[in-house]
Amino acid sequence: MESRSYMEHYSMNLTLKVWKQKNADSRGNFETYQVKDISSEMSFLEMFDVLNEQLIREGKEPIAFDHDCREGICGMCSMYINGRPHGPWHGTTTCQLHMRAFKDGDTIVVEPWRANAFPVLKDLVVDRAAFDRIIQAGGYISVNTGVSVDGNTIPIERENSEKAFAAAACIGCGACVAACKNSSAMLFVAAKVSHLALLPQGDVERKTRVLGMVAQMDKEGFGSCTFTQACEAVCPKEISVMNISRLNKEYLLAGLSSEK
Amino acid sequence: MLDSKIPAGSLEKKWTDYKGHCKLVNPANKRKLEIIVVGTGLAGASAAASLGELGYKVKAFCFQDSPRRAHSIAAQGGINAAKNYQNDGDSVYRLFYDTIKGGDYRSREANVHRLAEVSVNIIDQCVAQGVPFAREYGGLLNNRSFGGTQVKRTFYAAGQTGQQLLIGAYQALERQVALGNVKMYSRHEMLEVVVIDGKARGIIARDLINGNLERHFGHAVLLCTGGYGNVFYLSTNAMGCNVTAAWKAHKNGAYFANPCFTQIHPTCIPVTGDHQSKLTLMSESLRNDGRIWVPKKQNDTRKANDIPEEERDYFLERRYPAFGNLVPRDVASRAAKERCDAGYGVGTTRQAVFLDFRFNLINKYGRAEASKQGIADPDEGTLIALGKEVVKEEYGNLFDMYEKITGENPYEVPMRIYPAVHYTMGGLWVDYELMTNIPGLYSLGEANFSDHGANRLGASALMQGLADGYFVIPYTIGNYLADEIAVKPILTSHEAFETAEKKVNERISTLMNIKGSQTVESFHKRLGKIMWEKCGMARNAQGLQEAIKEIQQLKKEFWSDLRIPGGTNEINPELDKAGRVADFIELGELMCIDALQRNESCGGHFREEYQTPDGEAQRRDDQFMYVSAWELKGEHQWELHKEELKYEEVKPTQRSYK
Repeated sequence: MESRSYMEHYSMNLTLKVWKQKNADSRGNFETYQVKDISSEMSFLEMFDVLNEQLIREGKEPIAFDHDCREGICGMCSMYINGRPHGPWHGTTTCQLHMRAFKDGDTIVVEPWRANAFPVLKDLVVDRAAFDRIIQAGGYISVNTGVSVDGNTIPIERENSEKAFAAAACIGCGACVAACKNSSAMLFVAAKVSHLALLPQGDVERKTRVLGMVAQMDKEGFGSCTFTQACEAVCPKEISVMNISRLNKEYLLAGLSSEK
Repeated sequence: MLDSKIPAGSLEKKWTDYKGHCKLVNPANKRKLEIIVVGTGLAGASAAASLGELGYKVKAFCFQDSPRRAHSIAAQGGINAAKNYQNDGDSVYRLFYDTIKGGDYRSREANVHRLAEVSVNIIDQCVAQGVPFAREYGGLLNNRSFGGTQVKRTFYAAGQTGQQLLIGAYQALERQVALGNVKMYSRHEMLEVVVIDGKARGIIARDLINGNLERHFGHAVLLCTGGYGNVFYLSTNAMGCNVTAAWKAHKNGAYFANPCFTQIHPTCIPVTGDHQSKLTLMSESLRNDGRIWVPKKQNDTRKANDIPEEERDYFLERRYPAFGNLVPRDVASRAAKERCDAGYGVGTTRQAVFLDFRFNLINKYGRAEASKQGIADPDEGTLIALGKEVVKEEYGNLFDMYEKITGENPYEVPMRIYPAVHYTMGGLWVDYELMTNIPGLYSLGEANFSDHGANRLGASALMQGLADGYFVIPYTIGNYLADEIAVKPILTSHEAFETAEKKVNERISTLMNIKGSQTVESFHKRLGKIMWEKCGMARNAQGLQEAIKEIQQLKKEFWSDLRIPGGTNEINPELDKAGRVADFIELGELMCIDALQRNESCGGHFREEYQTPDGEAQRRDDQFMYVSAWELKGEHQWELHKEELKYEEVKPTQRSYK
């Protein structure tokens, strides 16, 4: 990321090649658009806002894309920018990517996440419900609402707590899947398995959880992990591939000691 | 008459007594009762999960692609609870008292006390779910302080507390989905409440992928749809946050309470230009370690680090020595606005103040680390380097976010911040049981008005959302549904569903057929500008009267010159947004009417005509000690109902943080 103590701002004209697709059943294609006077202070999505306003005024159809919080935490935005999920900045979601990452005259290619398990719904909008179903297969601790023991009766080693937090920081955006040549969801699953396996509260269900989640992942049509680490490289929350090692360990242990 | 249904008895026993005496629904009957939950943020997800666990048949709806994305996820700083783990004098009573005082004596004592009571259960529940709260080296839970309090009672997970709590609630919800107790409808938007014989009995929802309208029956309907800060166009809310569900309830007779009570958060990244689509908050927790200042000289164009210490005005510390940088949000925001209006603002727009970490980086964290590592007489460079590491752990994600947005490194130069719309204390009027004045229609979390009075204290929104969903509604809904066990599910072919769906259909086709020339976004921006300038951080009668006229005019223009591209039966974000902006326009008018009617200043509602000689909010308890609950009577017409606020425990005084 480019950063200085004080920024010089500039404006730019850009060419955009954006994936357009009417709906899940139709074929898509790239459309080319020109945008002018884009400020380096804009976010990438604000640049799309400018383009869409322009298209509507011209009587054309705007580009559909997912977005919501625009502060890098909800996980909804999902653009594949110049061959990289979420674009050129490390550890950044599309909504937090700012236009100072580009320069006047650039051509930017924007595609949706591409994976069998994430079908395109329209333009840059994909269906990521598979992630919810993976969580349903075990990504939780089975406690009902009620009177639980006092929080401080479960001391947790700070290091483990921090590792669990780092894994739990996953925003479920799916960039890991989009970056993977096999469309594997291993980093997503590993992050949740790790988050809960690292905590004493998650210990009771650690075996059923990992087996259930991995089975669901396979069922959804995500590919296998060949550990290229492309997922970690693009993860906006910089979730470590060490979690995948932990997932493999958890899976093996659960498989070997399962009595089912 | 408004009946708040506050139980009799002493304040600290009300909730216990209520739970001991409310009606129950037996497990077999619960399975026959259907509940609709709209919204899956902290309030909605926790309610849907908890009610599913109890055995009710729940349907949950959200407009996002997954319930995990609701905007609770963006809450940064923390969640309050009266655990007193720090041994610094906290108690349920103190949390209750701070919240009442922070709300400038415009909230209900009984609700707030219940909130403080259940706060401790929330932390335990979340820990049991595996929420990775920050911990001390000894393994116990850590706390930080927040504005408006003098104890450390805020639990947190770095700067991502909302995310971690929401993921906890989301996981609990998905577990119920897996068990078949909850059916989840993502990418669905509620567009009408169905009322049959005076009771809420269902909703009309629109599938945002194919545009189809769906009818859903419920014995009760819960609106957990968040706040309406996006009426200002620019706010820290997510782009999709809207008032539509609450507004549909309002149009069906539900009262809207204290709509003008808006929270302007002091520490947000300033606006850079007209392209701006949203504003980003920098957590209030940063005020623990950041000192807010402006230059003592007007129109000072020097860079922050070139301005010597003696030429800096730490205006919060100067004006409020007791609370300093940790005054409540409304007070901090107004103080920043005052300095900027007087010509002391910084940055290119002059609409910003500095939030500077250097002092504590060196003196608090740097020195502590140096001492830990046994470094004697460390120089400033070493202290900064050591301090940075600690600050990174506490706020790393916030500093990174600031740098991504502004291109400036806050470890090196002070952040520039300015107040922005963040939260709305107003919302649907609810009684003690969280029920609106329409039987069977409930409202939870930010969507209701009940707990924060005229100003919410930091780290209390997460607390309220989860209190309502995990610990209040599971009891109060039973008290209503116990009398509904004989009611068979009403077929959605019932004429009330028919009529409601027709209404939604007609409205969509009216919107699509305007075929004018102006975009939804342009109307939204214009509305936001009116609201921010005339119903924002400071309001006066003349401005509000003008705003009402301007909004009425804007409404006419909207319905005659709007352009929506695309079709109805496909993904069409412009159409979705058009419906929301149409509702915001109507809400905006009501907010101005409410602000005009309340001839006093309190909390976030600052009427310029009513201030103390030193510029603080001047309440008028003799005339305005009530909740304003507005009933819609017709276009541009509302009737005011007043719920008197009775303070039995706390004696309202002029708020002082000096």
